[in-house]
Amino acid sequence: MEGLLVLKQVEAFIQHYHILHDISFEVPKGEVTVLLGRNGAGKTTTLRTIMGLNQVSKGTVSFKGEAIANRTTHQIANKGIGYVPEDQGIFNGLTVGENMRVAMKKEDEETMKRMEWVLELFPDLKKYWKKEGGQLSGGQKQMLAIARAYVNKNDLLLIDEPSKGLAPIIVDKVTESIQQMKEQTTIVLVEQNFMMASKIGNRFYIIDDGVTVHHGKMDELKEDKITMKKYLGIS
Amino acid sequence: MDLIISLVINGLATGMLIFLLAAGLTLIFGLMSVLNFAHGGLFIWGAYTGVWVYQMSNSFILGIIAGIIIGLLLGLVTERLIVRPVYGNHIQQILITLGFMLVLQEMIKVVFGPDQKAVFPPEYLAGSFMIGDIVLIKYRLFIIVIGLLIFILATIILKKSRIGLIVRAGVMDKEMVQSLGINIKLVFMLVFMVGAGLAALSGVFHSIYSGVIYAEMGLEFSILAFIVVVIGGMGSFSGSLFAAILVGLAQAFMAYYVPALSLAVNMLLMVIVLIFRPQGLFQVKE
Repeated sequence: MEGLLVLKQVEAFIQHYHILHDISFEVPKGEVTVLLGRNGAGKTTTLRTIMGLNQVSKGTVSFKGEAIANRTTHQIANKGIGYVPEDQGIFNGLTVGENMRVAMKKEDEETMKRMEWVLELFPDLKKYWKKEGGQLSGGQKQMLAIARAYVNKNDLLLIDEPSKGLAPIIVDKVTESIQQMKEQTTIVLVEQNFMMASKIGNRFYIIDDGVTVHHGKMDELKEDKITMKKYLGIS
Repeated sequence: MDLIISLVINGLATGMLIFLLAAGLTLIFGLMSVLNFAHGGLFIWGAYTGVWVYQMSNSFILGIIAGIIIGLLLGLVTERLIVRPVYGNHIQQILITLGFMLVLQEMIKVVFGPDQKAVFPPEYLAGSFMIGDIVLIKYRLFIIVIGLLIFILATIILKKSRIGLIVRAGVMDKEMVQSLGINIKLVFMLVFMVGAGLAALSGVFHSIYSGVIYAEMGLEFSILAFIVVVIGGMGSFSGSLFAAILVGLAQAFMAYYVPALSLAVNMLLMVIVLIFRPQGLFQVKE
């Protein structure tokens, strides 16, 4: 059976620069798939391309069996994909509550239940509900970005480097929250922090210079010192 | 003292008219990063259409409604046909919208004739009344009240409604708004139409305020609106109100005390703001 999200030989440019040369991977439903690779390998561009923020110049992207390559970003999001960008995308001039309200596609009972759940997961958001996004700490911004993506009933969450720039204690909190979310939704995670990625991920794909070069189960990668050294620089 | 109060009321009334024109411009500028030099064309079409319907029907209210409708429709046409193909390219935007401004201006002459037209206020807004020794002109007070009401209404919509939040969020981060499943192009179009409607409304009100309308007044007045947007901060609604009042008051006082500098004072204000606070007095957070 085909995965929830499937990329086949995807190529993409940013202006004149050929960034993705051959990205192929499959995301099974109910699992966390981690995209690993060095800085500049093309991981963020891959997520942006899935979201339609970059154009696919070649190849296919399908979600729940439907081709979504080069659809508009809002159409792709409305298929059931939540996105947490690398810079978190917080609306700095809006309060925490307003950030959540912009994100909510519906205000029905189910959405309110999800909201309650996510606020229990991140009590800081409740505490700072009326504080502007720009006044939050890096960790709180990350929590808000994740909460905002989760508040709608999405089938897939794309989360880009949630540990970036955060203190270790906050990384643990974010890791814990994503672990809880993975019980309820499928996740594609881009992460440089291998400790975090290995705790959360079920399977991995390594991207190197815009090409998916290696993949497998996360547990196997932990034992594969050669691959880790070669592509991730971890020894 | 009476003179000062009269000048303040003149300044506030002029400021409110500029605010109505600038409010749409600042949203279009802030949200869509579009330099819309055709905005003045929407202003004159609002003025001429509103005055035509007002004079035909003898109802100022119908004139206002007609002005707003033509503004919304022209806003739709301008966004879809003129602005949409040049999103992201400021040079092309300036050229095409300036060109369209001239087309709108010349079309006024074709449809309504090339001559200036005199406009008189409806009876219930004509004349003045006195409080002590101070003469208060009814129509100017009417404009101030309407301007404030529109500011309050728009602020409530922007701050409290979801569409308002989306517009404000769009000014801060368009990509993220789209990633949340919101059709930003549709939002752009609606904002453009509302901005055009406000410009046209300003045109209707201005026609009676100045007592005469002519095709070239759109370009003249839209320069003031651009100055206001720059002073207030691109994308800031409150900034537009503050800057419009500042410009209106500066113009009113200068016109009385140093008439030769009445137009230059606005440019001077803009230059001072650009030197000391290039992002404008009210910066929108990104």
